[in-house]
Amino acid sequence: MPQFQSFPLPDAGEGLTEADVVTWRVAVGDRVEINQPLVEIETAKSLVELPCPVDGVVTELVAREGDTVEVGSPICIFDIDPDGPPAPEGVAPVVADPPPFADHVEDAPAEEPAPAASSAPAASSAPAEQEGSGAVLVGYGVKADAAHRRPRNVEVVEQIGGVGDTEYPVLAKPPVRKLAKELGVDLTTINPSGPGGLVTRGDVEQKVKTMSAQTLATYANDDQPWLETGYSNDGGRSTRVPVKSVRKRTAEAMVQSAFTAPHVTEFLTVDVTETMNLVAKLKADKDFADVRVTPLLLVAKALLLAVRRHPEVNASWDDASQEIVYKHYVNLGIAASTPRGLVVPNIKDAHRLPLKALATELQHLTAEARTGRVSPARMADGTITITNVGALGIDTGTPILNPGESAILAFGAIRQQPWVHEGEIQIRWVTQLALSFDHRLVDGELGARLLFDVGRVMNDPAHGLVWA
Amino acid sequence: MAGIGPLSEEGLVRLLNYKGKRVKNAKFASYAEDLTPDDLRGFWRDMMLTRAFDNEATSLQRQGELGLWVASLGQEAAQIGSASVLRDPDYVFPSYREHGVALKRGIDLPEILRTFRGHQHGAWDPAAHRFHLYTLVIGAHSLHAVGYAQAMDWDGLVGSGKPEADGAVICYFGDGATSQGDVNEALIFASVNNAPIVFFVQNNQFAISESTTRQSKVPLAQRADGVGMENVRVDGNDAIAVHAVTAWAMEHARSGAGPVMIEALTYRMGAHTTSDDPTKYRTKADEDYWRERDPIARLEAHLNSLGELPEDFVDSVAAECKEMGKRTREAVRSWPKPPKHLIFEHVYAEPHARVEAERTWFERYEATFADAEVAR
Repeated sequence: MPQFQSFPLPDAGEGLTEADVVTWRVAVGDRVEINQPLVEIETAKSLVELPCPVDGVVTELVAREGDTVEVGSPICIFDIDPDGPPAPEGVAPVVADPPPFADHVEDAPAEEPAPAASSAPAASSAPAEQEGSGAVLVGYGVKADAAHRRPRNVEVVEQIGGVGDTEYPVLAKPPVRKLAKELGVDLTTINPSGPGGLVTRGDVEQKVKTMSAQTLATYANDDQPWLETGYSNDGGRSTRVPVKSVRKRTAEAMVQSAFTAPHVTEFLTVDVTETMNLVAKLKADKDFADVRVTPLLLVAKALLLAVRRHPEVNASWDDASQEIVYKHYVNLGIAASTPRGLVVPNIKDAHRLPLKALATELQHLTAEARTGRVSPARMADGTITITNVGALGIDTGTPILNPGESAILAFGAIRQQPWVHEGEIQIRWVTQLALSFDHRLVDGELGARLLFDVGRVMNDPAHGLVWA
Repeated sequence: MAGIGPLSEEGLVRLLNYKGKRVKNAKFASYAEDLTPDDLRGFWRDMMLTRAFDNEATSLQRQGELGLWVASLGQEAAQIGSASVLRDPDYVFPSYREHGVALKRGIDLPEILRTFRGHQHGAWDPAAHRFHLYTLVIGAHSLHAVGYAQAMDWDGLVGSGKPEADGAVICYFGDGATSQGDVNEALIFASVNNAPIVFFVQNNQFAISESTTRQSKVPLAQRADGVGMENVRVDGNDAIAVHAVTAWAMEHARSGAGPVMIEALTYRMGAHTTSDDPTKYRTKADEDYWRERDPIARLEAHLNSLGELPEDFVDSVAAECKEMGKRTREAVRSWPKPPKHLIFEHVYAEPHARVEAERTWFERYEATFADAEVAR
């Protein structure tokens, strides 16, 4: 009785994933022999004629001329027992894969990275499992879903470790071993950088550096240690340091601000899970590969969007002329703790920047602040400010306005918390926002609307599209 | 040879022209004198069988049964002609295209395909066949071959005064390999140590897609001049001339007189491998020129001109070829999936701590699969 067998498209090169069917050399009903020309296909590399794999009769051409077919999908079906008795009534035909192919599929490489001893449990390894190695000797790439996986016993996987973890001693030359011993460094704690996993002298020295705690006086680029200009009295129990430099400016600014602008602070607790998801997505985005994507970036964007809806807050009280100066640009200040003290550099014309450019600017600003080299121009003419108190692990605060501005947003720590989400208690990413504003020109309602809008975008970044 | 290009046919040793007519050669004709019509028919049969196997393997790759195939199409005379002079004490280091040589060394040809199906790195006992495993790294085996040859010399298996007992090494590689550092080191080492070895270069004119003209300004055999080594260029599509030249060279090496380099100028009629498309780098005119110089057709014409290719013999060879194809196909499809631990076998001759550790780890790893039936 008829015995049907399919012919899956073979990989005619090495690592090809698909080919175009160019010309069929046979038609349905043709009697065919092993190795007679069957079909011409075009791969990424060449035009190739496939010889017929069986003796029999062609019963179906699954792929048509011009079709692009994936390697492994059937292109035609043969009856390999055309001369036997006909099939009994009512028996549905079954098309078999040729036996060797079943074998190949099962044996396909699983692209499984060797599990490391410290590999994280299932949840966090999920994204890694979606990536193939991508490595092919010759060819045009591997399909992302090309790997056929064998079922794993997940609990066991974590226990087996790597070959190198358990089976081999640490490799290091004798003088390096001696040095490590003298410095009290445990060689097994070092990540070797030498050829073949050899621990080098440099590795040991590097390790020592990370082991020693840094003293206050040795922070990078700190050309003015905080006690250096001071003098000691009462027997060394205290040091008197003249108020100057950043400290002096900070003090003046805070006094001026706190005692001229009547401050009001409002608070809002927000579920920012969607923002965190967006951060993760952008981190994986090629376009953002060369910048740091942080929650702060998205808060900045949210604030800029909210300011656009409530431009009245982006203003300044000019006491001398008794005027309110509404700014038609946003110079977005970011409060930064530097080696020299608190400074508030700002991103000029931040309202014009697309997200990527904003990220770049933010990164420049942070880098400058970290070295303590922030130019006065950088700090001049700010219009509104964010203070990222969450970076210090703080939930929120009541920030004092940067002089000349009317609003400042405190961005608290983002924590996983139980939260009522869609009617159920779930673990969500939650943060607190606090907005201080100058009540002389910003009323409670305006402040509330601004804060609420920032929260809305943080809660659902898609809202930014609605306003854009 | 001075002043001629790397593909020049000038000065090639040739005993049959491409129409199958015998031509004279003062130095080498004597080495072909004792070839009987029976011997020549044997050459023809072996070339036909090699080609039948080769074609079947190409088809099997196109049907998805092999990962890759390296065809010997067009190089049969160079392989059968040279291998026909080899004896038991000789030892062969092939590269990866020497299917005709394998046949002459008693390898059951389908066994070669275990490697190309991804089952095994090598499927025969090299010591038993005096035929090393295929080496895929271009030219790497030339150094192994020189080492083996020197060891044969030190073991007194060369130039012993009993010519029948003496042996030598023959090492096969292609034109592309002559551009490799390994091969040049091997030539130097063999020369200064007078190693009993014949380097047999099948100049098939292409290193994958790179023409020999892009690898050398002079005939490849002249590489040997640079290290002071005997050398000769032969028409690689003339089985009789290749036989004669190799007979001379092997005698030279076995006697202890030192190494020889043979350049057999041939033509790779097929692709480099099944992953290659030669139409992208050579012309149809070029292929047609060489198709007319098909080594099998040439010997066939010669035998026919002698009236020494009777129909019944042709028929029996045709049947053998058909059987070779069928047997090859059936063998490939019958092989079970090889056990995974096989990869740890034959890495070192003796037990080795690292391999053992890796084997142990792999067993544990395999055991983590729910379908862990293959973990030994």
